[in-house]
Amino acid sequence: MATSLRAAADGSPPPAPPSPAPGAPGPPTSSWRSRLYRWDLRLSPYAYVAPFFLTFAAFGLFPLIYTGWLSLHRVELGGDAQWRGLDNYTALADSEFFWNALANTFTIGVVSTVPQLLMALGLAHLLNYKLRGRGFFRVAVLAPYATSIAAATLVFAQLFNTDYGLINTVLGWVGFDPVDWESSRWPAQIAISTIVTWRWTGYNALIYLAAMQAVPQDLYEAAALDGASRWRQFLSVTIPSIRPTILFTIVVSTIGATQLFGEPMIFGGSLGVSGGSGNQFQTLSLLMYEKGWVTGALGQASAIAWVMLLLLLLIGAVRLLLARVNRKKLGA
Amino acid sequence: MSRVRVSLRPSAGRQHHAGPLTYVLLGLAALVSLFPLYWNLVAASHSGERVVEAPAPLLPGPRLFDNLTFAWNQVDMGEALVNTTVVAGLVALSTVLFSTLAGFAFAKLPFKGRGAMLTLVVATMTIPPQLSVIPLYRIITDLGWVDQLQSVVLPSLVAAFGVFFMRQYLIEALPVELVEAARMDGAHSLRIIWHVVFPVARPAMAVLGMLVFVQAWNDFFWPFIALTPDGNPTLQVALAGLGSGNHTVDQSIVLTGALISTLPLLLVFAVLGKHIVGGITAGAVKS
Repeated sequence: MATSLRAAADGSPPPAPPSPAPGAPGPPTSSWRSRLYRWDLRLSPYAYVAPFFLTFAAFGLFPLIYTGWLSLHRVELGGDAQWRGLDNYTALADSEFFWNALANTFTIGVVSTVPQLLMALGLAHLLNYKLRGRGFFRVAVLAPYATSIAAATLVFAQLFNTDYGLINTVLGWVGFDPVDWESSRWPAQIAISTIVTWRWTGYNALIYLAAMQAVPQDLYEAAALDGASRWRQFLSVTIPSIRPTILFTIVVSTIGATQLFGEPMIFGGSLGVSGGSGNQFQTLSLLMYEKGWVTGALGQASAIAWVMLLLLLLIGAVRLLLARVNRKKLGA
Repeated sequence: MSRVRVSLRPSAGRQHHAGPLTYVLLGLAALVSLFPLYWNLVAASHSGERVVEAPAPLLPGPRLFDNLTFAWNQVDMGEALVNTTVVAGLVALSTVLFSTLAGFAFAKLPFKGRGAMLTLVVATMTIPPQLSVIPLYRIITDLGWVDQLQSVVLPSLVAAFGVFFMRQYLIEALPVELVEAARMDGAHSLRIIWHVVFPVARPAMAVLGMLVFVQAWNDFFWPFIALTPDGNPTLQVALAGLGSGNHTVDQSIVLTGALISTLPLLLVFAVLGKHIVGGITAGAVKS
């Protein structure tokens, strides 16, 4: 036994049915051992998946339900809970801060996700050519992924500074007036989206690249025979072939955008929690943090958290619906 | 449209050689990716007054070492660095271990409820962390764990992504005959894990370990709530404190802190870049 297993450990192909080495323990014979063996066979899978489910139950499921329960109460940090029914939710519906944060989360999400994924597609296409220095380009575009939210945001906050930032300097060279990247609504949202886009474009490009390399070569050959230009091939062969991967990245980016917290928080400096002087970049996560940890209204913060989950479920449902319509259209 | 399939020149389709325009565009992308990192180094090498003076400096200045020493001593970046290494190391180790065990069970062991459980694992990936922070915060407050590193490590012991990643890898990489052969030899399942599964899974475990380490190193939301800049911060929490002006408004020190937090991972990337790239792509194809 030892020999056959060690061979596998070296990465060599699996051996033919192994013959027990002399002296090695044979198949279990005694009833005690066979019972132990059966238990092992039946129960060990549960033992192996148990750490995940225990961790999830303790730090995922229980808090999820507890947050739902809290959202129906009036709770303050350290205080007892009082039943309030759906009051927290109706209060949200009446709160302009909530609608503002919801709108900001949506617009920052769109402004960061759409260009990010489009550029990632283009970048993947370029990386898919036969290239000199391929390794360098791949690692270079992935480098932002290794940068933390905090570090990236601090650097970009300087680059976007209205008075001395490099971005306004460069805009000045081209003849533009300096832009107020922190206090104006759209510029601030664009600046924050830029940080998100910078960190994730290369990562998504590599995911697309992997999918592109799995596209069968004959599809391109057939398209080339039909006289399709390279651009046409990209649109009609590459994109449809990697559609599942594109869908996957859309879902992941949407989830990420819904939870946006660190970038607006740190970009805002001392005004971070409120998302700027006029809440112009306060996201749902920031509003939740402000309610829970600054105001101390944990019930309201919980309600915001649950609204986020409902939003994600809604997005998921829409996605499933679209996928079904798509499949029907393709007649498959 | 029906045509006879002829074998074309092998360079058809995606195998085109890159033209000059491709290199220009890729060079631009590399520049945009790397410039903020370069500029971080530049800003960390100037005085605080110089950094906030228009136009911002573009070339390294003389104060890098002074700034590093100051940030290291005055703002406890050293302690934060140790904390982050401990947290990211523990999270990566335990995630890799538990994900491999669970991934092996889901990939190769038959058991009742396997399909449903796997669906549940995947479904949990969409639950935003915002949904658990309030109860978690109450729990760690009750336990007196605010500012304690275990409050950041424990919730991250294993991740759904890791379980799924290892399952996808082991389905293809581990021949079921190998497991059965070991069983025929009378090996109990822990022995099989040690002598068969771990050796086969090692490349994927390395990749998963790197991905989880990067993620844990950069994690912000929950550490920011559970740890305070003055208590026992990770780098990200200490940095957020620096940025919001709790300690200093000297931007060159703030950016030196950012540099300290980024540099270790960038070094890892420079050394292991190809493997990390391979890992990200491997995880994606099989999704």
